[in-house]
Amino acid sequence: MTSREEILAKIKINQPGTRPLPADLTTVPGGMESITQFKTVLSAIGGAIVEVSNFEEIAQYIQQEFKAKKRLISTLPELASVTESGWENKDPHSYEDVDLAIIKAHFGVAENAALWVTEDLMQQRVVPFICQQLAVVVNKADIVATMHDAYSKIGDAEYGFGSFIAGPSKTADIEQSLVLGAHGPKSMTVFLLG
Amino acid sequence: MSTGAKDHAQLSDIFNKDEARVDWHDETLWFVRAKRDKAANSLPEWEALRETASQIKDNVLSNLHDYLLQFEANAEKNGIKVHWAANGEEHNKIVHSILKESGVNRIVKSKSMLTEECHLNDYLHKNDIEVIDTDLGERIVQLAEEPPSHIVLPCIHKKKEEIGDLFHKHLGTPEGASDPVFLTAAARDHLREKFITRKAAITGVNFAIAETGEFVVCTNEGNADMGAHLADVHIACMGIEKIVPLRKHLSVFLRILTRSATGQPITTYSSHFKKPRPGQTMHIVLVDNGRTTQLGREDFRNSLKCIRCAACMNTCPVYRRSGGHSYHTAIAGPIGSILAPNLDMKNYADLPFASTLCGSCSNVCPVKINIHEQLYKWRQVIVKEGYADPKKAMAMKAMDFTLSNPSIYKIAGKAGRWVLKHAPFTVNNKLNLWYKHREMPESPKQSFGEWYKQNNKND
Repeated sequence: MTSREEILAKIKINQPGTRPLPADLTTVPGGMESITQFKTVLSAIGGAIVEVSNFEEIAQYIQQEFKAKKRLISTLPELASVTESGWENKDPHSYEDVDLAIIKAHFGVAENAALWVTEDLMQQRVVPFICQQLAVVVNKADIVATMHDAYSKIGDAEYGFGSFIAGPSKTADIEQSLVLGAHGPKSMTVFLLG
Repeated sequence: MSTGAKDHAQLSDIFNKDEARVDWHDETLWFVRAKRDKAANSLPEWEALRETASQIKDNVLSNLHDYLLQFEANAEKNGIKVHWAANGEEHNKIVHSILKESGVNRIVKSKSMLTEECHLNDYLHKNDIEVIDTDLGERIVQLAEEPPSHIVLPCIHKKKEEIGDLFHKHLGTPEGASDPVFLTAAARDHLREKFITRKAAITGVNFAIAETGEFVVCTNEGNADMGAHLADVHIACMGIEKIVPLRKHLSVFLRILTRSATGQPITTYSSHFKKPRPGQTMHIVLVDNGRTTQLGREDFRNSLKCIRCAACMNTCPVYRRSGGHSYHTAIAGPIGSILAPNLDMKNYADLPFASTLCGSCSNVCPVKINIHEQLYKWRQVIVKEGYADPKKAMAMKAMDFTLSNPSIYKIAGKAGRWVLKHAPFTVNNKLNLWYKHREMPESPKQSFGEWYKQNNKND
């Protein structure tokens, strides 16, 4: 018998009688309005929020705030004028010196300020993790209240890789002191569009 | 970890030698527990979430056979290679053979308690494969040549000055530098070089979805993603109990996991790996290592619901004051004390006794495992199977004999009072474990039985 067969056979003998799945939980209407909550939670977890009404404002902000930075890349054609061109199909290791990456999120979640990003919005999976600083554009209309709403929005969507990203990378492994910028981005800017 | 024949009490004695450190350890973990409370209390539906999570896990355990097959089929459809390991040794061999086939002898690994349980690092080291742990806390204990003392906060027992010394020795930081921001930046540079140069990455798995064949890995640091997305080979190692039936169930687990662990609303990264990226190979190793046996133990089965948040450790008055290493097993604290005896009842017979049975662990558990009740039940199994500490077993037998025999009980009471009064030195010494850290009581003049008899007569 292979280990696979052995494990499965033992489970069959030892697993208890069928227990039903519980009913789905849904979002409990909370006190705080979603956009306000998203902004509050994002700043609490170390992210920065910039409210904009169009892509020109984003481009302007980037030129102003990140002008000292050398390597800026984006997956958004609307930001082509302020970012590097032709970066997309390289070895993932080559993005190690990216100062700022600007990507789009499908939606954000108010209760934890997480943004849902799938592979198609990253170009390369490593981009939102390897860059020194990350900026994410999300439509104001695409902020949902809780993770229950988030997964009903994702539904049975097809992707090779997807991630909820909430704030800059962080650690508190040394004496519980919170430090932003563990291995991934040291900062995260969210452009709330609309 | 090899601790010889030392048990929890003896290992706690070592930790307890430095009282100031014990107080600091205790307070630091209580601070984490307080953050958990704040996060849990901020959600009016918290109890509904716990109940739902618990019921989903009940369903998983009752259908594990079919869910595993469904997961395997879907993962393979997604282009992931699935392996099965009956025990830790087989798991280590599978990982080693994948690395050998890929011609890789230096790898990065993000946090995986399963690989700790299987002693993968030791095994690979013996086979000339270098493993770099990339979680900051794990890297610190790796440099110190120690096992993690906590499943979420691996180096919670270490002071920043000690970490500074380690970094000075191994990473070349200036002597005496102990600022957490500075040390973290040094570790970032040190580990970036590893991420960039290693061709294979191992990660753990927080949840694996039967419906879709994808798996989710949660980190705050981004180290699992850095490793996996840069490597040609990604190996994810998981215990078979990590299965969740449907993708939408992740909403429940991701809402409770980090709130219970650190009080954060969610980890920075909750990454869903469904397919390897073009040119990459992705493997999943499904590991039993005693889990199917635990599934068959009705009283202990639901310990398999654990999502490894460590809330039970942070709240445990014994864990906080004895330190993770006193449990001499990969998973310390209350949950570890009900998981370990399943693997080796003799070696871990001490752990279910390392508890006050106060029940705080069960109260904070996000999947409602009756941890303290299982600790109590393990004690009975261990004594019955003859694995209890002989002194404890003898004392219990004497107690049983005395309490079940009224006249002996009376004589014993009298003798006890006489000894306390006339020969206190025979109990106030180091041989009497009850005397440790406490004074023996003053001897009462008479027992309640004698008092009742006397007063009843007077009426």
